[in-house]
Amino acid sequence: MSTLGTIFLQSSNFINACYIVAFSLFIYGMSGLTGPRTAVRGNMIAAVGMLIAIIATLLTPHVLSGSSTPWLIALGLVIGTAIGIPAARNVRMTAMPQMVALFNGVGGGAVAIIAWIEYRHHFASGASFWVQKSQIPTLFAAIVGSISFWGSNIAFGKLQEILPGRPIKLPGQTIINAVLFTICVGTAIVLAAGVHSEPLFIVGILLAAAVLGNMVVLPIGGADMPVVISLLNAFTGLSAAATGIALNNTAMIVGGMIVGASGTILTNLMAKAMNRSVPAIVAGGFGGAIAAPAGPGGEDRGPVRSTSAQDVAIQLSYARQVVIAPGYGMAVAQAQHAVRELERALEKKGVEVKFAIHPVAGRMPGHMNVLLAEADVPYDLLREMDEINPEFGRTDVTLVIGANDVTNPAAKNEPGSPIYGMPILEVDKSASVIVLKRSMASGFAGIDNPLFYEPKTALLFGDAKQSVSEITSEVQAL
Amino acid sequence: MSTITEIAILVLAAFVGFEVISKVPNTLHTPLMSGTNAIHGIVVLGGLLLMHEAHGVLEHALLVVAIAFGTINIVGGFVVTDRMLGMFKKKPELPSGESAGEIEGGDT
Repeated sequence: MSTLGTIFLQSSNFINACYIVAFSLFIYGMSGLTGPRTAVRGNMIAAVGMLIAIIATLLTPHVLSGSSTPWLIALGLVIGTAIGIPAARNVRMTAMPQMVALFNGVGGGAVAIIAWIEYRHHFASGASFWVQKSQIPTLFAAIVGSISFWGSNIAFGKLQEILPGRPIKLPGQTIINAVLFTICVGTAIVLAAGVHSEPLFIVGILLAAAVLGNMVVLPIGGADMPVVISLLNAFTGLSAAATGIALNNTAMIVGGMIVGASGTILTNLMAKAMNRSVPAIVAGGFGGAIAAPAGPGGEDRGPVRSTSAQDVAIQLSYARQVVIAPGYGMAVAQAQHAVRELERALEKKGVEVKFAIHPVAGRMPGHMNVLLAEADVPYDLLREMDEINPEFGRTDVTLVIGANDVTNPAAKNEPGSPIYGMPILEVDKSASVIVLKRSMASGFAGIDNPLFYEPKTALLFGDAKQSVSEITSEVQAL
Repeated sequence: MSTITEIAILVLAAFVGFEVISKVPNTLHTPLMSGTNAIHGIVVLGGLLLMHEAHGVLEHALLVVAIAFGTINIVGGFVVTDRMLGMFKKKPELPSGESAGEIEGGDT
């Protein structure tokens, strides 16, 4: 490359122009993600933006200086790609929520490490030189990045069922959290004010924030997990933007901030769909206190009626309208393809089949849509909650597949219930209800479901996929 | 760049973020979350920018980890989002005899 060319490529104007192109592509790509038709392209456009930002950064003068620097950078990029691509390719659609949590976590981890190095670096070159401006965002990034890393890992552990999904709470949890938060912020203020400049302080902040991240997510029950992941996603975005300010990098500022802002909106939308407020979710576990007695003592509600695949098949085949309400159980059992078969079989018999999609069914908003789309269920059969609820009165049979909390009438009728007020699929309005369940264990939120004890409800126990396949073959045999 | 310019950019970016997301259908919440998740992988730039200033084994090792983390975030996030979104698309290009025939062809 000619010298002139090199000068041009390395000039800060060219590099900044690249950053502007990069963040424009992020915004354009993201706006594409909001519609089903433009989404794939939008995602690609954002990825191209990312590539441009990375190349521009590598062109920046001095970035590749030093004998080992290019190799170390290449090493990091290669390791990341080698882990990221296979993980993303091979993850099952049902495990998507925990995968997103994990990706979010490593992003937070990267922010925390970068903030740490940034601090060390400036500290080593003389504490007094450290520009005030980069101090506050760096400390902010350290705290939030560390919370996000550890919080996401806990969320991953819970969704992957490495950790129990039920809320884990310590006595005096709120006080402990408040103390930890004070330690983080207090230490950060001491550092920023220049009262003390001990290099170990930053490690203390990172550790306190790490414990805080654990403590905040551990008591949160499974049903709230999607909201938490989205919130942590917003956190990581904000901390990335803060890092961008510290490093004077516009691409990082804009990229981080649009994620921070959109993540906040998304978190709110999700919380609203569950009729919960974000502070309430963060402050305490979902049904932590009430769940304990309600779980095992379910029998005092009366007996449940269990049924057979054959009976279900007969009932479904002679119905005019059947509504299928899928939940996480369908996801774990990988039953979406079997469900699609059942839907086809019923349609051949002239039964009208619709799918009722609760906004937070599964472990993520839109989780059911993704799975059903994977199984090729036509888009126009899917009905959102508000659309389908008035229709339950006209429905002969509702088939609940592995959904629990989102169909729980307690949310409407029992003011004492921890999920009281959450909008639900009103499946109890249909003429009869069939629930496919693995066992009588309560849902992820740990709340008993009165729906199961209603006289019009019949339960079919077993693995959802197997049950659905049996029903389908019975329907076909009729 | 002055601090005030950067804060201005920050605020404007926040409004863009709010604006873009306010009209998303529920269906796309999961892919949207994972797509935006990939975008905050932009922190990897921080690792790239700091590497040449690093001293000692600890800092170098930490930065390699940070770059690897950021790359996982980016690559994983975009690939996963692409996979998810691919499922929303109609698949007419699949072997027509099988899937199309099954839908229309009555008993098979």
